[in-house]
Amino acid sequence: MLARLRIADDEVADTVDKLTRIVEFVDRLSQAATGDVVPMAHPLNASQRLRPDLVTEPDRRDELQQNAPAVSDGLYLVPRVIE
Amino acid sequence: MSAAWEVIIGLEIHAQLATASKIFSGASTAYGSEPNTQACLIDLGYPGVLPVLNREAVRMACKFGLAVNATVARRSVFARKNYFYPDLPKGYQISQYELPIVEHGELFITDGGEANGEPRRIGITRAHLEEDAGKSIHSIHEGLDRFSGIDLNRAGTPLLEIVSEPDLRSAREAVAYMRKIHSIVRYLGISDGNMQEGSFRCDANVSVRPRGQRELGTRTELKNLNSFRFVEKAINFEIERQIDVLEDGGDIVQETRLYDSDRNQTRPMRSKEEANDYRYFPDPDLLPVVIDDAYVEAVRATLPELPDAKRERFVAEYRLRNEDAGILTMSLALADYFEAATAAAAAKPGLVANWVIGELSAALNRDGIDIEASRVPPAGLAALVDRIADSTISGKIAKEVFDAMWAGEGSADQIIEAKGLRQITDAAELEGVVDAVIAQNPSQAAEYRAGKDKLIGYFVGQVMKATGGKANPAQVNALLKNKLTGGELSDGGGS
Repeated sequence: MLARLRIADDEVADTVDKLTRIVEFVDRLSQAATGDVVPMAHPLNASQRLRPDLVTEPDRRDELQQNAPAVSDGLYLVPRVIE
Repeated sequence: MSAAWEVIIGLEIHAQLATASKIFSGASTAYGSEPNTQACLIDLGYPGVLPVLNREAVRMACKFGLAVNATVARRSVFARKNYFYPDLPKGYQISQYELPIVEHGELFITDGGEANGEPRRIGITRAHLEEDAGKSIHSIHEGLDRFSGIDLNRAGTPLLEIVSEPDLRSAREAVAYMRKIHSIVRYLGISDGNMQEGSFRCDANVSVRPRGQRELGTRTELKNLNSFRFVEKAINFEIERQIDVLEDGGDIVQETRLYDSDRNQTRPMRSKEEANDYRYFPDPDLLPVVIDDAYVEAVRATLPELPDAKRERFVAEYRLRNEDAGILTMSLALADYFEAATAAAAAKPGLVANWVIGELSAALNRDGIDIEASRVPPAGLAALVDRIADSTISGKIAKEVFDAMWAGEGSADQIIEAKGLRQITDAAELEGVVDAVIAQNPSQAAEYRAGKDKLIGYFVGQVMKATGGKANPAQVNALLKNKLTGGELSDGGGS
């Protein structure tokens, strides 16, 4: 996609300079010692709450299927899928 | 199979966890309900909904990890596995990728035929939690041929995907490993293991390489192996197919193949995706799952006696043959039945084991019923076995009594009395029958006396027939030998 950016002639020198600095910054990042750092899986420093194993959701099929373009025999219909 | 080729197999087993509700929603997981009546907003992937993890699913995964001597991760992460298919409404499956809850486990198989009965260690790479997809139905009824129907009741059902190392070396080993996993999840009570209902499914990665070669051959993945028998047949077919292709100078294409049980062959389904095709990334809707040592130890305290330990105990405590102990401990219910029957019987445990493994299991198989629903309860079988042990009836008559018990005709003692099946213990009565049989068969008696020893079997048969099977075969044998050799040459074998 970068190759498709239109850059006016008088901006080329400045852009080259900026892009070069970005590449240098990425190079610097890759030098950081991250061996002991656990990969971040989530921005919040918290852990997953668990719920008890209880059935709490009633059957709402008729209501929910009103949103579907096509249903039959209780099934949601989709264009035929060939295995 | 050619000895020039080495077979490499790894299995991915999906065990449906026996929770009441789904892994990320409060919809029911009950099997066999009307389509889409157990698919809530979360299962349907509506915008704005958030998954909340089921505590039981985590506990069950942890329990499995401990049972296979694995590392239970104190921190595990859910990831999105992206792919497009109508039975996956969100467009991604919530699974675990880089940080699964269970890693580095192992189990031992003894009946795979590769190590002369010595236990073989099979590594378990990982076991991770994930949600199941829905079900597509391709022929709903006439007039709807242009459509597939989607039932999302199964969507969101918790699965534990158990991935083995490529340590298996034959179809038989693969089946032995799969049976072991099946047995463990059932012992732990974390899955019902019902293969007909799809609660326990298996995919197999199969490759072959010239014996002695280090690098692995190209593998294919076999899908849809929903019985132990199909696993063995499909893998054996695939091994032969790959060897044929390679010996003809061809190459194996890495692909997913579907097993067709009607034709006993595998056929290509689709080219195999690589992991990066799925664009895995940590699911921002779910935080890392963190568990501590106290939690793990509390789960460890709930572990039951596992199949291997029970097998060893059965050998030591009941003096059973290792092989019989293996069969009895394959299922917890069968092991419990045996122990209850043995406790109720005066007879030796070995005799009880023979009856549980033999007649009882055959009757259960024939009628397709589970041991829990056995028509003969443990105490009933114990009473029958005791009548053999105290020589009231022979083993052969006992089978007749068992069949009558199975048919609901009463207890062993009631049936023995009602049908007059008690063994003839009166020596004089038996002698009379033996004399009559010898008298009726003069030419055979002469041949026996001339040295044709094998005819003893014929005479025993005739006596058993004449007594309706009620004679003690050992006693008859001794008596016949004595009488046929004229009595005066008795070698002391008379009883």
